[in-house]
Amino acid sequence: MAGEIINGFVQAIQLIVSGDPEVIRITILSLEVSLSATLLSACISIPLGAFLYYYDFPGKRAVVNLVQTLYALPTVLAGLLLFLFISNQGPFGFLHLLYTAPGMVIAQMILVIPLITGLTFAALSGIDREMKQTVTSLGATTLQSVGTLILESRFAILAAVILGFGRAISEVGAAMIIGGNIRGYTRVLTTAISLETSVGDFAFAIALGIILLGVAVIVNIGLNLVQSGSAWQSSSGS
Amino acid sequence: MIEADGLSKRYGEKEILREISLSVRNGEVFGLIGPSGSGKSTLLRLLDLIEMPTRGSLSILGEDALARESRFGLRRRMGMLSQRPVIFNRTVYENIAMGMKYRKVSRAIIEERVRDALRAIGLADYSRRPARTLSGGEAQRVALARAIVTDPEILFLDEPTANLDPHSVETIEETILQLNRDAGTTVVVSTHDMLQGQRLAGRMGVIMEGMLPQTGSTMEIFHRPATTNIARFVQVANIFDGVVARNTGGEADVVVEGKSFCTVTPLGRGKTVNLLFRAEDVTIGLEGGARTSARNVYPGKIVRLIPSGPFMNVIVDCGIEVTALVTIRSAEDLGLSPGKEVWISVKATAIHVLPRE
Repeated sequence: MAGEIINGFVQAIQLIVSGDPEVIRITILSLEVSLSATLLSACISIPLGAFLYYYDFPGKRAVVNLVQTLYALPTVLAGLLLFLFISNQGPFGFLHLLYTAPGMVIAQMILVIPLITGLTFAALSGIDREMKQTVTSLGATTLQSVGTLILESRFAILAAVILGFGRAISEVGAAMIIGGNIRGYTRVLTTAISLETSVGDFAFAIALGIILLGVAVIVNIGLNLVQSGSAWQSSSGS
Repeated sequence: MIEADGLSKRYGEKEILREISLSVRNGEVFGLIGPSGSGKSTLLRLLDLIEMPTRGSLSILGEDALARESRFGLRRRMGMLSQRPVIFNRTVYENIAMGMKYRKVSRAIIEERVRDALRAIGLADYSRRPARTLSGGEAQRVALARAIVTDPEILFLDEPTANLDPHSVETIEETILQLNRDAGTTVVVSTHDMLQGQRLAGRMGVIMEGMLPQTGSTMEIFHRPATTNIARFVQVANIFDGVVARNTGGEADVVVEGKSFCTVTPLGRGKTVNLLFRAEDVTIGLEGGARTSARNVYPGKIVRLIPSGPFMNVIVDCGIEVTALVTIRSAEDLGLSPGKEVWISVKATAIHVLPRE
């Protein structure tokens, strides 16, 4: 077995270095799906988080709690729920999203939206009351005020978006159920690793694993840069 | 300009402001003085329409300021500077430009006005600096520039120089006075520093425990405070309990612990009163003059000397402890020291008599 692992690693490196077309195709699709899911989620979640922050309505606390609970929504559960809606028998079956990349994007958005929404809300809530009042006093409309405060918490919100991408690219449950791991069509890094492991093609699985880990490392470096950037900006003040 | 009537503000069970009525005239600098936590900041936030009162009415620039449709427009005609400088995590330039950007002022005008404002506050080269790197005093000056580049008709300042370095205090006070003088901006400034109130404001209101017990000229408040609490706050050093012994046509003798003081008051015989007079209205001499109806002259012995800047507080025991304020130089010339026998005198007209509840 030890020999097999070493062999697998050697072949995996060869696959990556030689630019194996299948490896590249899977990596690109993975990035495409998860980046789209993250960016679309950000477009929805940041305004949603701002709305939650700005408007008081009955049951607001409960909504915030629900959103925070959904940070930990199991990915297979998200996949199952979406499956029920978009399968041919489901209410949105006519959209034919099942086993498509757009379907996977939606699945990942379900996972990422609560995360970015909740963290945006938290970031805005961290802004002190006096700053909010200053913006009002400077004559901002509600929309201008929201924009200013979002800009003010840009580092925290950017960190939330990066975390969201991390959740999207690394999940396997929803991608498997909604995408179906169709080769060349909906096969992404995580589902491919799962499949290749089960059929015993360890070299291929390890190669994809290395790439996935690489993406995770890059995400983490990005997150650190953002956080140290904001730390520098605020600690150098007094 | 500003007409507030019966403004009250309550946060839950806690009533922060009770029945505040005041009017601020066009073009004046109006001071709000009072101890920390007395409600000054809350009142300013109500006047700047950042918060809504629980009760009362408020008219600003001739409009009903509490009406939903007039609030936003009025806010854009006013400016506010809070006690702690609020600085956004952007450049100094962007910080100052914010109010104008909200008003969709053209870029060229913004650039020109920011440049002028930076020069006025003595930070001409700071335009591109991240604003978070400024010192407290610099930050407050930037916040002031941000509040005034939009040409507010009314400017609210909430303890604008608390805890700042003397240079920043001076720059900020000068900027405010200049704005008032040249642009005719009406200014409402709160402070717990009554000397600053005196430097800046023509008229003042005193806020105590959420109420406004007195408004008037600086002189009135310093010399004729409406309550002993106000007197203590504006540092009237001599406050005594007494009884009116005689009153002939407004000239009354008030007895304090066996000592009779000539005063001017309509309060009649038998009334219990408080006598108030400022330390600087007490003069100290080495010899007593004739006790006239206008002067209250008593011998006593110096108990303590407390220096205060170029002045010396001299506490003299003449049956009651009276505090006099003299310059350090004259204290030296008179050779004042504890135990020394001196005469104190205070004019009848310098004594303020309040009926005691």
